[in-house]
Amino acid sequence: MSDARTGPMIELRHVHKWFGEHHALNDVSLAVRRGERVVVCGPSGSGKSTMLRCVNRLEEHERGQILVDGIELTGDIRHVDAIRREVGMVFQQFNLFPHLTVLENLVLAPVWVRRMKRREAEELAVHYLERVHIPEQAHKYPGQLSGGQQQRVAIARALCMKPQAMLFDEPTSALDPEMIKEVLDVMVELAQSGMTMICVTHEMGFAREVADTMVFMDRGEIVETAPPKEFFAAPKSERARLFLSQILGH
Amino acid sequence: MTDAPASAVAHSALAAAVRRWRARLFGGVLNSLLTLLVLYLLARTLPGLVEWALLKASFAAPDDRVCQAAGGACWAFIGDWFRFILFGRFPYAEQWRPALVVLIFAALLLASFARRLPARALALTWVAGLCAVLVLMGGGVFGLTPVETDRWNGLPLALILAVGGLGGGFPLALLLAFGRRSSLPAVRLLSIAYIEVARGVPFIAWLFLGLIVLPLFLPQGFDIAKLWRAEVTFILFIAAYLAEVVRGGLQAIPRGQYEAADALGLGYVQRLRFIILPQALSLTIPAQVNTFIGAFKDTVLISIIGLFDPLQDTNTALNDPAWRMAYIEGYVFIAALYFVFCYLMSLYSRRLERRLAPGRG
Ligand SMILES: Nc1ncnc2c1ncn2[C@@H]1O[C@H](COP(=O)(O)OP(=O)(O)OP(=O)(O)O)[C@@H](O)[C@H]1O
Ligand SMILES: [Mg+2]
Repeated sequence: MSDARTGPMIELRHVHKWFGEHHALNDVSLAVRRGERVVVCGPSGSGKSTMLRCVNRLEEHERGQILVDGIELTGDIRHVDAIRREVGMVFQQFNLFPHLTVLENLVLAPVWVRRMKRREAEELAVHYLERVHIPEQAHKYPGQLSGGQQQRVAIARALCMKPQAMLFDEPTSALDPEMIKEVLDVMVELAQSGMTMICVTHEMGFAREVADTMVFMDRGEIVETAPPKEFFAAPKSERARLFLSQILGH
Repeated sequence: MTDAPASAVAHSALAAAVRRWRARLFGGVLNSLLTLLVLYLLARTLPGLVEWALLKASFAAPDDRVCQAAGGACWAFIGDWFRFILFGRFPYAEQWRPALVVLIFAALLLASFARRLPARALALTWVAGLCAVLVLMGGGVFGLTPVETDRWNGLPLALILAVGGLGGGFPLALLLAFGRRSSLPAVRLLSIAYIEVARGVPFIAWLFLGLIVLPLFLPQGFDIAKLWRAEVTFILFIAAYLAEVVRGGLQAIPRGQYEAADALGLGYVQRLRFIILPQALSLTIPAQVNTFIGAFKDTVLISIIGLFDPLQDTNTALNDPAWRMAYIEGYVFIAALYFVFCYLMSLYSRRLERRLAPGRG
């Protein structure tokens, strides 16, 4: 396991995935170092979510290898469980548990998956609620919060598992414009704390600020991987140029 | 307004109330017509009803002829026979036992409805309560005279059947609901077949079949009381209905809930127990209570295999030559008895829905 400490945190090697006839991931390879922040962009239907969801086995890849912290994702349920414990995920639609209070949402997995004592888990939950700036909402239900608050609870919920890496799938796309900033601020703080992150987002301001690496996907392929300065100044591929001109509106 | 006399304030409050009610009852032509129609029907029926049920009713009378002479309801019949209607042929001197059993059930239901006790304490309370029920009914220990199940009649019988049917039917229903959604074709087909067959045959037919068929599965010489055959049949029947109710709830849970649970690393059982089931069950409370109420009322059907529920007890009581004519009063009493139980269930379900409402989002 020597390469678990020194090798990449997340690595995809020639990953393929089909939905029926549709080739959703086509020979995708990507290595994410510890502490690296990767921002993934690309047109709708290009396979961004599918790639992210393969990393924690919400989708199953059909060819190639995916390794997280040196553990390979296979059919072995123990590997899947181990990887899910180490990788947190934030969804576009928040997916909070509506029948549980904010605190219960946060405490559930640490208590039942990490076998933490409830008292400790609650202290941890309060700590992360403070980090996402909503400690006062602990005893409300998700349905009583605004979208931006719900998404910050979702981030705190993932962090309570003390993951090694975080996956974000368009975390601000379902939010009203005035709430986007409060969520992005939390994500920037998280990035600055050294968390390994893969973010699918179209917030290019955020990408410029925190990304170490930009990944551009189209039609199931990774078309371009570059540091943000190069990517925004001079995208190498025609498709990325087109995409950027559309999204940046010039 | 500050120095207006109190009577003027009261007057304006009264005027506001009158206005509000006028708008409610006579707002629009159709509304006014309906109000008048209802008032007319009440005027036609209410006085006669009050006269029959109260003013001219006989609360103490030796027989139905005396009641008839008085011209009103014959509640004296109920007074004379209510112990038989409620407890049937349970030995007369021992009827404090079934009475206590009814109270135990009431206490257990109230304890569950209040939702004050933690789940584990509540479960223990139920186990203790049900043991007490069996001991009180059956006797044979603690110096209680043994009473065979054929003499467990009336209200305790209906409650034992209904509570046992729901308690036993619920876990089976959960298994069937998950079986029907299983990815294993054999499990899925078996569940579907069970549900369709159980629902597709009238309960009365199942009662007869259960009576005859259940003993065939038991070892030779091992007899099982009619009551328990009916209970098993009841459980198997209710489970099929509840399974479909639960399945409806499961289908309403968005995929995102499963994915969020998976992404947090929760296992299959944990996901079910903490995320999916609580939501599916609370979503389907109205349908569950509907099934419960139907099941409770279905307990009167057991008279067909010779078990004495309160309705059958009433019919027996009406064979008393002194009270042949009192059947309306007998049936009104039974109707009221069942109504009280069903209405309490429905009240509870509404309260539960309201309590779970803030969690919806
Ligand atoms: N469960 C599924 N079954 C069938 N096809 C799917 C499924 N999930 C995704 N797809 C298809 O795979 C392709 C890639 O989907 P994916 O969700 O990864 O795209 P995306 O890049 O995240 O797009 P968006 O920006 O719209 O979220 C799409 O064409 C989509 O229709
Ligand atoms: Mg997507």
